[in-house]
Amino acid sequence: MTEMTHTAIADQEDDSHHPKSFISKYIWSQDHKVIAIQYSITAIAVGLVALVLSGMMRLQLGFPDQFSFIDPSAYLQFVTMHGMIMVIYLLTALLLGGFGNYLIPLMVGTRDMVFPYLNMLSYWTYLLAVIVLMASFFVAGGTTGAGWTLYPPQAILEGTPGADKGIIFMLVSLAIFIVAFTMGGLNYVTTVLQARAKGMTLMRMPLTIWGIFIATILGLLAFPALLVSAIMMIFDKLLGTSFFMPAILSLGEAVDHSGGSPILFQHLFWFFGHPEVYIVALPAFGMVSDVLATHARKNIFGYRMMVWAIVAIGGLSFVVWAHHMYVSGMNPYFGFFFATTTLIIAVPTAIKVYNWILTLWRGNIHLTVPMLFAIGFIFTFTHGGLTGLMLGNVVVDLPLSDTYFVVAHFHMVMGVSPVMVLFAAIYHWFPKVTGRFLNTSLGKFHFWGTFLGTYAIYLPMHYLGFLGVPRRYYAMGNTDFIPESAQALNASITVSAIIVGVIQVVFVMNVIWSVFKGKKSGHNPWNATTLEWQTEHTPPRHGNWGKNLPVVHRWAYDYSVPNVKEDFIPQNVAPEQVIMMDDQDKHNEEKT
Amino acid sequence: MTIAIIIILLVIGSIIFHFVSPWWFTPLASNWGSIDNTINITLWVTGIVFVLVNLFLAFAIIRYRHNKNRRAHYEPENTKLESILTIITTIGVAGMLIPGLFVWGEFITVPEQADEVEVVGQQWHWSYRFPGKDKKFGKVATALISEKNPFGLDSNDPDSLDDVLISSNELHLPVDRPIKVTLRSKDVLHNFAVPQFRVKMDLVPGIISYLWFTPTKIGRYEILCEELCGMAHFTMRGHVTVDSAIDHQKWLNNQKTFAQLQAAPLGDIYQGKKLFAACASCHGENGEGNKTFNAPQLAGLSQWYLTRQLQYYQNKTRGDDDRNPSGQQMQAMSALLPDENTVKNVAAYLSSLPTISPSPSDEKSPVGNAIKGKDLYTNCAYCHGKQGQGNYTTNAPKLAGQHSWYLKQQLLNYRQGIRGSNYHDLYGGQMQLMSKTLYDEQSIDDVIAYITNLTANVQSSQ
Repeated sequence: MTEMTHTAIADQEDDSHHPKSFISKYIWSQDHKVIAIQYSITAIAVGLVALVLSGMMRLQLGFPDQFSFIDPSAYLQFVTMHGMIMVIYLLTALLLGGFGNYLIPLMVGTRDMVFPYLNMLSYWTYLLAVIVLMASFFVAGGTTGAGWTLYPPQAILEGTPGADKGIIFMLVSLAIFIVAFTMGGLNYVTTVLQARAKGMTLMRMPLTIWGIFIATILGLLAFPALLVSAIMMIFDKLLGTSFFMPAILSLGEAVDHSGGSPILFQHLFWFFGHPEVYIVALPAFGMVSDVLATHARKNIFGYRMMVWAIVAIGGLSFVVWAHHMYVSGMNPYFGFFFATTTLIIAVPTAIKVYNWILTLWRGNIHLTVPMLFAIGFIFTFTHGGLTGLMLGNVVVDLPLSDTYFVVAHFHMVMGVSPVMVLFAAIYHWFPKVTGRFLNTSLGKFHFWGTFLGTYAIYLPMHYLGFLGVPRRYYAMGNTDFIPESAQALNASITVSAIIVGVIQVVFVMNVIWSVFKGKKSGHNPWNATTLEWQTEHTPPRHGNWGKNLPVVHRWAYDYSVPNVKEDFIPQNVAPEQVIMMDDQDKHNEEKT
Repeated sequence: MTIAIIIILLVIGSIIFHFVSPWWFTPLASNWGSIDNTINITLWVTGIVFVLVNLFLAFAIIRYRHNKNRRAHYEPENTKLESILTIITTIGVAGMLIPGLFVWGEFITVPEQADEVEVVGQQWHWSYRFPGKDKKFGKVATALISEKNPFGLDSNDPDSLDDVLISSNELHLPVDRPIKVTLRSKDVLHNFAVPQFRVKMDLVPGIISYLWFTPTKIGRYEILCEELCGMAHFTMRGHVTVDSAIDHQKWLNNQKTFAQLQAAPLGDIYQGKKLFAACASCHGENGEGNKTFNAPQLAGLSQWYLTRQLQYYQNKTRGDDDRNPSGQQMQAMSALLPDENTVKNVAAYLSSLPTISPSPSDEKSPVGNAIKGKDLYTNCAYCHGKQGQGNYTTNAPKLAGQHSWYLKQQLLNYRQGIRGSNYHDLYGGQMQLMSKTLYDEQSIDDVIAYITNLTANVQSSQ
C-alpha cells in the first residue's frame, strides 16, 4: 500500500486542544466518545418510551376492551410512534450515532472524527428532532396515527388521528433528524476514508467499521428520499399542493386537491425505507462479526467474502424497495423485477450467516454474555431472514401481506436481531467505555429473558398471519374465520411482551449499577485484536491515543495464529514484536 | 452448553408448534391453489434450512465450547467451501423464485372470459358496481359524487345507465366463474382482501387497480380492509356471498341500475304525513318522541336513515332480539307500510320536520360528564359529524337533538349485541365494534352528556 499522509490529525498532539470546563467536556463536547454517549443515552431513553407504547398496544390486542385509555385513535397513535421511534430514533441513532461515533475513530486509529464541531452539531440537532417528536404527544389531537409509513392521503386527512398537527410535528422532526444524520454521516464516511491510521488499509478494517461505513453511505443516499417526501407532504398539507393528493373526498367533502399520486409517496418512502433496513442491519452484521471472532478466539471466517457481502447487500438494497408494495396497486409487472432482486439479496445474506457459524466452527467458544447475545442474533436473524424469503417471493406475499406474518417477520429481522447485536455490543464494549464490566449474572438473566421471551412473542405471531389476521386492527370483534383460540394466543403474546419489557429494566439497572460499582476490567479484558482495545487509557481520553498514533501491521482477526504464544495479536503489533511459542508451549500444544 | 441445548429445543419446539398449530390458512375457496403450492414449497425449503443451520450452530457450540487446553483453528477462508455454499443457496433461492414468478404471471393476467365487478372503497364502507347488460362500466368522476349519486357516475355516458349499483357491504358472486375485480377508492388507500381467496390488492384514489380469482366454493366470506385507512379501519368489513349461477342471477336481477335509481321518485311529504298518523300515538304529533313509550325522536332525521331502519324492521333485520320488546313492536308497526313507496313517503315527511330540542323535564338530570364526553366523542365525530349532524357518506345518522335515554339504550344494545348482530344490518357490526370502545356505563353517560349539549337545531346532513 502507498504511504498515506496524515496532515490534519497526526502525532505530536498539542495539549491545548483538550476541553477545560465541565460544559465543554460533557455538554457542548466535540469528543466523539462523549457525543456517542450522548447519542446512546438519548436513543435508549426514547426507545424506552417506544417500548412502553408497544406494551400498551399489546394490552389492547391481548385483552380488548379492558383498558379505558386505549381507544381506536390512541391505539393507532401508539402503533405509529412505536414504529417510527424504534426504527429511526432508536435503532438508526444508536447504531450509527452511538456505536458509529464511539467506534470509528478508535477502530481506525485516529484521534477523533474529522469534523468534530459538525459532529457536536449532529447530536444537538438529533436531540432537537427528538424533542419535536416528543412534543407531538402534547399538541391538540395528539401524535399522528397514520402508521409509521405515514401513507397519504389518510395521513393528512381528517379521519386519521393527529392529521391536523401531529403529522406536521412528525414530518418536521424527521426532516430535522435527516439534517442531523447528514452531518454525522458525512463525518463517518470522511473519517473512514481519510483518517485511518498508517497501515489500516480498507481490507484490514474490522467488519464493524465496514458495516457502519456502508450503512452510512446507504443513509446518505436514502434519507434524501424521505426528506423530500416529508417536505412534499408538508406542502400538500399546509400550502395546498397536490404531490400525493388526487381529487378525492374526505369524509364526504371534496378536497381542494387533484392530480397527485399516493403511490409516488410510497415509492419515495420505500426508496428510503428499504435501505433503512440495511442501515440498521449492516452495522449489526459488522459488530456481531467482531463479537463472534473475539469470543470464539477465531478469525472471522471468509473475511473478504464478508466485506463483499456487505457491499453487495448495500448496493442491492437500492433495487428492492418495491417488494414492500406488491399489493399497493403499482404496475403489477414490477413484481417480477422486485421479487427477483429481493431473492438475489438472500444469497449474500445467507453467506454471512454461514460464515458466522463457520467462525464458531473449530473455534474455542467462550460463552460470555456478549457471545450469548451474538448466538441469539444468529438464531433470530436466520428465522427472520427465512420468513423474508416468503414475503419477498411476490406471489407468497399475496395472502401474507398486511397480516401479522409481516409484523412477526420484520420484528424478528429488524427488531429482535439488531437488538440482540446491540446488547452483545453493549456488553462487549462497556468495559472500554467505562473501564468496568457489566454484571454477568444480571446479563445472563437479561439474555435468557429477552431471547426466549421474544421468541415466545414472535413465533406464534407468524401463525396469526397464516390465519389471515390483519395488521393495524384495533380489535377483531367477531370475524367469521378467526377462531376464539386466536384471542388466547394474542393474550399469551401480550403476557410474553410485558415480561420482555419488564426484563429490560434489569438491563437499565445493570448499566447504572455497573458504571459505578462494576468489576474493573482493565484495558483489553476480552484479549481482542482491534485497535480500540489497545489505547493507553481506559476509558480512552480526549484524543484517544497518547503521543503517537497507532500503526497497523495486520488485519483485525489474528486470533489463535499457529505457533504464536498468545491466542491473539493486536493489529498494532509489528511482526517482529510477535512472541512465538517456545518448546514448552509447543509441547503442551501437542498434548492436547 | 445451555444455549446449544436451548437452540435444539427451540428448533424442535418450532417444528412441533408448526404441526400442532390450529392457526393456519383458512380453507381455500378460490382457484389459487397454485399460491398455496408455492407457499408449501417455500415453507419446506426455508424450514429445512432453518433446521439445518440452527442444528449446525448448536453442534458447533457444543463441539467447540471453551477448553483452555485447546486452540481455535486458524483458517481465514476456504474458497471451495464458500463457493459450494453460494451455489447451493442460489439453487435453493431459484427453486422458490421461479415457480413463484410463474404463478405471479397467472395472477396478473386476467382470463378473457372473466366477468367484471367494481369494488368501491370509502372510509369505512364497501360498495359494488356491476357493468350491467352492456358489460361496460360507465364513466365515473369524483366531482360527480353526491348523496343522489354516491358512485359518481356520469349520467351522460350511455354505458353508465345500466350499471348495477350495490350500496351495501354485501357482494354476491357466482361460483366457478372467473371474476376480475377492479378497485376504486373515493378517499384514501384501502385494501380488498378475502383470506379464503388468498389474493388482495390496494385501492388507490386516482387510479384503478385490479385482481382476479374464481370462487370455487359456495359460501359467505368476510371482506377485510387491510390497508390502514384511518381511525375506524378495523370496522371496515364487508361480505362476499358466493352463490350458484342461478341464485346469483336472481339476486342480481333484484338490484337496481343507475337509471332506475335516478328515476326513482322522491318521497311524497303529504302522503307521508297521512301515513304517520298511525305512528304519532307513540312518536308524538310532531315526531318529537316519547319516553313513556320508548319512542325516539324522528323529526329531522335523514330520509335515507329512516328508510333503512323501517326496511330493517320490515325484514326483521332490526328488532328481532327477545331482549328488545320495543323493536318487536316496531316490526309489527312497520308491516303496516305496504310497500317501498310508503316507507319513503313517511321518511320524507319526518325528515322535513324540524328537530325539537327535548324538554329538560323529559330527560333525567344529566349523569355524564360532558367534558370527558367531548374527548370520547372525537372518534364518533369522524362519522356522525363534529356537531352530531350526521353524514350520508359515512352512513351515520344525526345524533344531535335525540333523547339521551334513547341514545344510551342503543349504545347498550350495540354493546350487548341486541342491535347490529343480524348480518343484513350493514352498519350494525361497525357500531358494535365502536360501542365497545366505550368501556363502561359511565363513559356512555359521558359521551351522551356531550351529544346532548350539541346544538339540537343543526340541519340534518341532507
